[in-house]
Amino acid sequence: MMSGAAAVRLRGQWRHRLAGDAGALALRAALILLIGFLLALASDAFLSTANVLNVLRQASLIFLLAAGLTLVILCGGFDLSVAANLTLSACLAAGVIKSGLPPWLGVATALACGTAAGAVNGLAVTLLRLPPFLATYAMLWILQGLAFHYMGGQEIFGFPPGFRALGTGFLFGVPVPVYLMAAVLVAATVFLRATNFGQEIYAIGANPEAARLSGIPVRRRQMLVYMLSGLMSGLAAVVFLARVNAADSGMGEPLLLPVIAAVLIGGTSLFGGVGSVMGTVLGAIILALVINGMNLLDIRAQWQPLVVGVVLLAAVMVDLVGRGRRERIG
Amino acid sequence: MPVSASSRSVERLARPLPAILPIGLLLVAGAFFAVNGFASARNLANLGLQASILLMLAMPMTLIIMSEGLDLSAGAVLSLCSVVMAESLAGGHGIASALAASIAVGLAFGVANGAMVSLLALPPFVVTLGTLGIAEGASLVLTEGNAVSGLGSGIATLYALDVFGVPFPLLVALATWLATYLLLHYTRFGTYVFAIGGNRDALVLAGAPAWAYHIAIYAFGGLVSGVAALLLTGRMNAAHPTVAIGMEFDAIAAVVLGGTSFERGDGRLLGTVLGVATITVLRNALDLLGVESSLQVVSIGALILLVIVIDSLRKSRRVQTA
Repeated sequence: MMSGAAAVRLRGQWRHRLAGDAGALALRAALILLIGFLLALASDAFLSTANVLNVLRQASLIFLLAAGLTLVILCGGFDLSVAANLTLSACLAAGVIKSGLPPWLGVATALACGTAAGAVNGLAVTLLRLPPFLATYAMLWILQGLAFHYMGGQEIFGFPPGFRALGTGFLFGVPVPVYLMAAVLVAATVFLRATNFGQEIYAIGANPEAARLSGIPVRRRQMLVYMLSGLMSGLAAVVFLARVNAADSGMGEPLLLPVIAAVLIGGTSLFGGVGSVMGTVLGAIILALVINGMNLLDIRAQWQPLVVGVVLLAAVMVDLVGRGRRERIG
Repeated sequence: MPVSASSRSVERLARPLPAILPIGLLLVAGAFFAVNGFASARNLANLGLQASILLMLAMPMTLIIMSEGLDLSAGAVLSLCSVVMAESLAGGHGIASALAASIAVGLAFGVANGAMVSLLALPPFVVTLGTLGIAEGASLVLTEGNAVSGLGSGIATLYALDVFGVPFPLLVALATWLATYLLLHYTRFGTYVFAIGGNRDALVLAGAPAWAYHIAIYAFGGLVSGVAALLLTGRMNAAHPTVAIGMEFDAIAAVVLGGTSFERGDGRLLGTVLGVATITVLRNALDLLGVESSLQVVSIGALILLVIVIDSLRKSRRVQTA
């Protein structure tokens, strides 16, 4: 456990951080409005109800993956395997449901597969002490390979309506995934801001050695964030599978770059200890708008990796500018 | 520098061989005796061809990883170089100008990667993930997602060339190894590679132009990708926009298997060459056994894990006895 003094210090930082956050979040909200305004000018279809709901659904999918990644990055790690983890979790869940087992078992399979893969990442980082990007990069290929093997080049499609509601359903006119996004946002924010666990994650990300010396069980916390990130991949897999009604071994891959970009645009620093899940929500909406805009403006699919690559590099620059400012202040 | 350089080479000699050597030998022996068709002369010649492109990617990757970097864009950039080369050949240009175009594209990506890593101090894996997307997108846009063919016979003839019994691709790959070796051990550039990985801040404080050499490490990677496109394009006598994406995984795996460390300026090319040989043999043997490519990736992952565990166990024992 953290000593009382350290806890007090962290809480104090929290207030300071929240004040600093407000400006940064307002900036991102303004960016969302600006992109939305430009898209509304460029395309009549943008402001239609169907399209806005579509953007929100896309944003919630990106957010679910990005929320897990945010936790890992806040803790000073990285997880390159989130999208591949989604692919494998979705494929296994699809197989379970298609074999006639009840859909909730498919959901459980996805969550369990995601969490288990996250646990392997955690073990590789904490036990083998591999650099996080290397361990999770290897996992990316391993999970992707297992998904390829499991699917054998085939597609699994057609799921019961009750399951599909998780991706396509509405509650009071709002898509179900948006409720999931809101629930995860609230849960993660409370977890990060109001529990010792969450404060310890910031502390580890800011300075792992100092965190260890102040009595935080660093490796156990790291293990936890990788497992949470895996769990979020499993949850995102369920939502994605329910929405598109089909699983194939390439389904997650195009999400990796947008997810990383969403986290960075949301203001979470690659160097750990700085950022918020609220920022990641805004980042996810920005990325969803960019992707939606490319579709509305009839930009061919071939351009997408290029555009997303540029956006990712731009997002890294955002982090760079933020870091420069913090260093000047600090 | 001479004192530290000589003590470093003593340390290098005294260090035990990475675990990849016995494991690799075991694997070769296993494949030799247990896998049908592995030991045939045709297959063994094939191994050399299969290893050449990977060897070319893995040589600069070793230097990049020694400098505490990473290049996830290597496969995508190689694909793009191959596309540019093929389009140039299909457009009626000669091999020399096609090669020049390919090298220019590779260099541009290498310099961009290096500049962002070195000047802006950005984490290499995110930077090169971004340039991966850009290179992949550029290949797709240039080709509209289709393969580029109709290159004439020039490049295929070059690929099939034998120089004193050594196939041309293997010759190019071995020349890359030699060039990398000379660069690393006999030039100022090489000294900087070790030093940047060891302690970049100390270099900067000492007033050394570390940033320029840091960019040069990535630029070298781009340059070699540009040349490697010659082999990739020649092998198929065509270019496919995404064919080499994923090859960076094998290259990084070969470097890690070879015992190069991510944490200090420490590594050896011979280890990487052993890593390349091991991965090539593993993939070839699994191909012959009918194991699909996706599971080959999983087995390479398992192999990395095994080697890392063994190496870290040996290291901790060494620390205890010391």
